[in-house]
Amino acid sequence: MNFVDYYKILGIDKSATAKDIKNAYRKLARKHHPDLNPNDKDAQKNFQQINEANEVLSDPEKRKKYDEYGENWQHAEEFEKQKQYNQQSSGSRRTSRSGTQYGGDFSEFFESMFGGTPGGSRSRQMKYRGEDYTSELHLELIDAYTTHQQTISVNGQKIRITVPAGIENGQIIKISGHGGSGVNGGPNGDLYITFSIANHSIFKRLGNNLYATIDLDLYTAVLGGEIILDTLNGKVKLKVKPETQNGSKVKLKGKGFPVYKKEGLFGDLFITFSIQIPTNLTDQQKELFTQLAKS
Amino acid sequence: MNTEYLIAVDQFCACHDIEVSFIHSLQQNGLIEITTVENTGFIDAEQLRQLEKYIRFYYELDINLEGIETIVHLLQRVNAQHQEITALRNRLLLYEDDQER
Repeated sequence: MNFVDYYKILGIDKSATAKDIKNAYRKLARKHHPDLNPNDKDAQKNFQQINEANEVLSDPEKRKKYDEYGENWQHAEEFEKQKQYNQQSSGSRRTSRSGTQYGGDFSEFFESMFGGTPGGSRSRQMKYRGEDYTSELHLELIDAYTTHQQTISVNGQKIRITVPAGIENGQIIKISGHGGSGVNGGPNGDLYITFSIANHSIFKRLGNNLYATIDLDLYTAVLGGEIILDTLNGKVKLKVKPETQNGSKVKLKGKGFPVYKKEGLFGDLFITFSIQIPTNLTDQQKELFTQLAKS
Repeated sequence: MNTEYLIAVDQFCACHDIEVSFIHSLQQNGLIEITTVENTGFIDAEQLRQLEKYIRFYYELDINLEGIETIVHLLQRVNAQHQEITALRNRLLLYEDDQER
């Protein structure tokens, strides 16, 4: 466990007054507060440190203990025993609002020295909403095609969630009440899940539409015919018009991706034909092409 | 019909130990909505998360109402841009895949 220099974290020196501490805390909190830096884990970590430093230095009792034993935190317990023995005053109780529920995880150093959770010196039992958790869920494109249930593990807890069909890569959904526990009877925080959807299929997705390029043999392209296509929803028969050009596109209405939270609605599937020129022609085939070229 | 969960402004303020005038100032600045039922002001539970954020800005970070308004506006823009980036990244995948072919 490393010593944590709370003065350094707040950018102040040991002679700082209560006002200096408050100003330094507020200045840094305005920069790193998670409310002002959504989805920024670094900011959250920095803020936890700032909050912890403020929690200690803005409380005269904790500051005294920290100043006296900070670097020799192992002796803090002896200090406590001595303090209990000499206990004469009930200690000052702050009534000002300081810290925040984002304080969340305090360092081992803090818990070793001061024990328990932050805000212990508050006179009021403020109800605080629990911390919000974030998590990432990786899916394959095909998984996002149908609504299904999935069990995920967040902070050691298993949660069963419904993944709605049509969810997009990068989309975030909120699972209410599955974040950190509330403090003093406050409500639980929420869980935010970001979906990361990998695509190893032949289809490319843009919104609800799917795009695919498929190979088409020259003869079917010239003469027309029927081909069987694989879609995410099974096979479909597709008519190919005679004299289909390379790069031409056809739209298969309603064969795209399901529309998020709109049951029965689907985007379209766009097929681009890539016409394949035959190779390894026999002499006879070459002769026929020559005749065609001359005709 | 949707059920609305309403919290009395007085009760909310007592619980958070804040002045009622602060809630009214937020309402006057268009940052929250207050529903009045039989002369009592209520806050929709849907607004709680946002309201608690404003309380942190005001009481913990010492940001005044004008500052909160500006922050809210900027955070909305950041959020919109974040969504746009996600959409553009998804669109970019179409072309990146083409180059790999």
